[in-house]
Amino acid sequence: MQPILKLENIDKSFPSVKALNRASLNVYPGKVMALVGENGAGKSTMMKVLTGIYQPDAGLIEYQGAAVQFRGPKDSQDQGISIIHQELNLIQELSIAENIFLGREPTRYGKIQWQQLYANVEELLQRLNIKHHPRTRLGSLSIGEQQMVEIAKALSFQSQVIIMDEPTDALTDTETDSLFEVIQQLRDQGQGIVYISHRLKEIFRICDDVTIFRDGEFIEQKPVADLTEDLIIEKMVGRSLDDQFPKADLELGEVCLQVNNLCGNGVVDASFTLRSGEILGFSGLMGAGRTELMKLIYGDAQIHAGEVILNGRTLELHSPKDALTAGIAYVSEDRKTDGLVLSMSVKENMSLSSLAEFCTSSGRIEHREERQAVQKFIDLFRIKTPGQNQIIKNLSGGNQQKVAIAKGVMKQPQVLILDEPTRGVDVGARQEIYQLINRFRRDGMAIILVSSDMPEILGMSDRIIVMCMGKLSGEFSREQANQELLMAAAVGKKAEELV
Amino acid sequence: MTTNSASTKIVPQNQDTQIKLFSKAWLFQEKSLIALLLLIVIVSFISPNFFSVDNILNTLRQTSVNAIIAVGMTMVIITAGIDLSVGAVLALSGAFAASLIAQEVNVVLAVIITLFSGLVLGAMSGIIVAQGKVQPFIATLVTMTALRGVTMVFTDGRPISTGYTENADMFSWLGTGYMLGVPVPIWIMVSIFAIGWYLLNHTRTGRHIYALGGNEDATRLSGINVNRIKIIVYSLCGLTAAIASIIITARLSSAQPTAGLGYELDAIAAVVLGGTSLMGGRGRIMGTLIGALIIGFLNNALNLLDVSSYYQMLAKASVILLAVIVDNRNK
Repeated sequence: MQPILKLENIDKSFPSVKALNRASLNVYPGKVMALVGENGAGKSTMMKVLTGIYQPDAGLIEYQGAAVQFRGPKDSQDQGISIIHQELNLIQELSIAENIFLGREPTRYGKIQWQQLYANVEELLQRLNIKHHPRTRLGSLSIGEQQMVEIAKALSFQSQVIIMDEPTDALTDTETDSLFEVIQQLRDQGQGIVYISHRLKEIFRICDDVTIFRDGEFIEQKPVADLTEDLIIEKMVGRSLDDQFPKADLELGEVCLQVNNLCGNGVVDASFTLRSGEILGFSGLMGAGRTELMKLIYGDAQIHAGEVILNGRTLELHSPKDALTAGIAYVSEDRKTDGLVLSMSVKENMSLSSLAEFCTSSGRIEHREERQAVQKFIDLFRIKTPGQNQIIKNLSGGNQQKVAIAKGVMKQPQVLILDEPTRGVDVGARQEIYQLINRFRRDGMAIILVSSDMPEILGMSDRIIVMCMGKLSGEFSREQANQELLMAAAVGKKAEELV
Repeated sequence: MTTNSASTKIVPQNQDTQIKLFSKAWLFQEKSLIALLLLIVIVSFISPNFFSVDNILNTLRQTSVNAIIAVGMTMVIITAGIDLSVGAVLALSGAFAASLIAQEVNVVLAVIITLFSGLVLGAMSGIIVAQGKVQPFIATLVTMTALRGVTMVFTDGRPISTGYTENADMFSWLGTGYMLGVPVPIWIMVSIFAIGWYLLNHTRTGRHIYALGGNEDATRLSGINVNRIKIIVYSLCGLTAAIASIIITARLSSAQPTAGLGYELDAIAAVVLGGTSLMGGRGRIMGTLIGALIIGFLNNALNLLDVSSYYQMLAKASVILLAVIVDNRNK
């Protein structure tokens, strides 16, 4: 069968990374193509190339048998390619009908033909089994229902190709069922569908073929019937680990942190322990609840149930300040949004958490003491900056990250939580950060390493906990753990099935 | 330990502390100061009466009220907030001051009570912003309206005279007196700027104020109680409004129920002219002083040149617009 849409050998590079390397994807009429891969495998980039948001550096896009170039999302949509994004692009204050036909309302002499509009929408909603009036305000719908409206909007374009990016993330089981019915209808009508999902079960339920991406490369395209979940996982992660991780074997200390049945912030019943000198890795897919769990432990989200015990003392956590005072420091996953104050200098950022130590009792800053302490960390961390007063915005990502980590370490915590410490950091600085982490643990610090980078987490951790949908879904020792096991736990396969 | 020095680039330095005097960066950083000096030089040539000790001291004294309020406003704006209630706080605390003096309360005690009332009235805005999570614009619009109402109720819509007692004479010294040949309000203004400068640059609270304006989430995650900082800045802003109210009330020997109308806008203008960003995180207290002086000297110059007050408003608007455009252009 001829594909209706064909992307061949697509290359796309960004300043620091090659996002797509000869990646290919075929969409067939009347079939559902699954697209799977780890975080950062290039799925989203591929979709952005496909809808014209990015222009490929090299490669060929063929649509309905002819080579095409999409100039932007509107262009691709006009030609019959719709995409349903993971995050909603709807306006809360407008009605369902207004949202679906926004910008292309049926009009006569400039007046909107409301009756026709509502009739069209009514029909769409019925097809999707949405029990709401077209005039209902979108904001009054649940997130799952809003997702269904987004799907209705894509259908209203009469598209030949429909791309769904993690469409069931916010849906209930019944909503998922009606979505699958619609997908089957569309397939029977001869439309081509791309289905992106981490949920392998759904892929076996609804898809005809699977395309696997890894590290921006096309790995394989096969009919679902020829694959198993394990095979897909293996191909998703199948890369070799090199010895870029300077792992030091150490005697672990006593248990210092104990988390018991912690609930809240989307996390359900999380329990684990941590010893001093230990590196505990947290693995999982995006949105699995790892950062949410860390924010609970750091006092930045409300704990509904459960307790956090540090050195045998149950902590009262109401704010990050409480956690810091108790001896828990957290380095956030996104240094730009909540890690650093970009308008301030290297010095001011680094000392922000521990400023009290450089102040007199009246609150006056002892500038000289502050400078000395900051200089010590600049040397220790090998931070490349022209001076302490350099505005941090002007530093490279790796050096910014080092300042963010130094801010946490300067507080001399017992437990250091590092959330994606090497994201957006170049190779050289990465190495240095790993060396530093090992140094902290030698000093007896207990470290929680949250990372989506599998080689990193396997290479650095003494023990790894995997999370899936807000729950702890697996725990592995350093010896047990491998990429396949972590990925399987991350997509929610039961523990019994794993061994 | 292997390090990859090739991959970690050193970014060219462009914002370090040591900026050479009269270099291009220095000229840009001090553009408000240059504008002020330019204004003074030009007006000195046009109007011979301008450059006299009397006129300069007079102008500084007139500027002091706005400048003092602008110190509090600078702190609020650095946290990415705004305080519209300063004029209303000024009117109400001025009314308190006048009635205390009229009842022959000791001047020192009356001043302390007035300052404390300003602090509390400002704290109200701060609490609404911090605990109520209300946008500063709306929160202080509410307190502004409410406090204007309270002032009207308290004064019954009539001015309150401080009376003709010895006590009132002592009090009026704060607005009309001289020390070492310089009017008292100027001394007060200078002290307030010194304190504000010290607070913002040399204390922990000052550092936290900048951090909060630069990135609230990062500041909170650094273990700082951001609500406390917000309440502090609005309280201090109320305090500066109360200080200004004492000067005005002492000078007029009475409190007007409509005192301070529109003062919030003059204070904001001074802060903006001084180069403080309304987006928060950036700003210098000395810039605000220059901003206030530009407005003060501009008014004075236009008065000397016999420009009608209608046109004065247009002139003020043009200067502010120009300043903001220049500031954005060079960002």
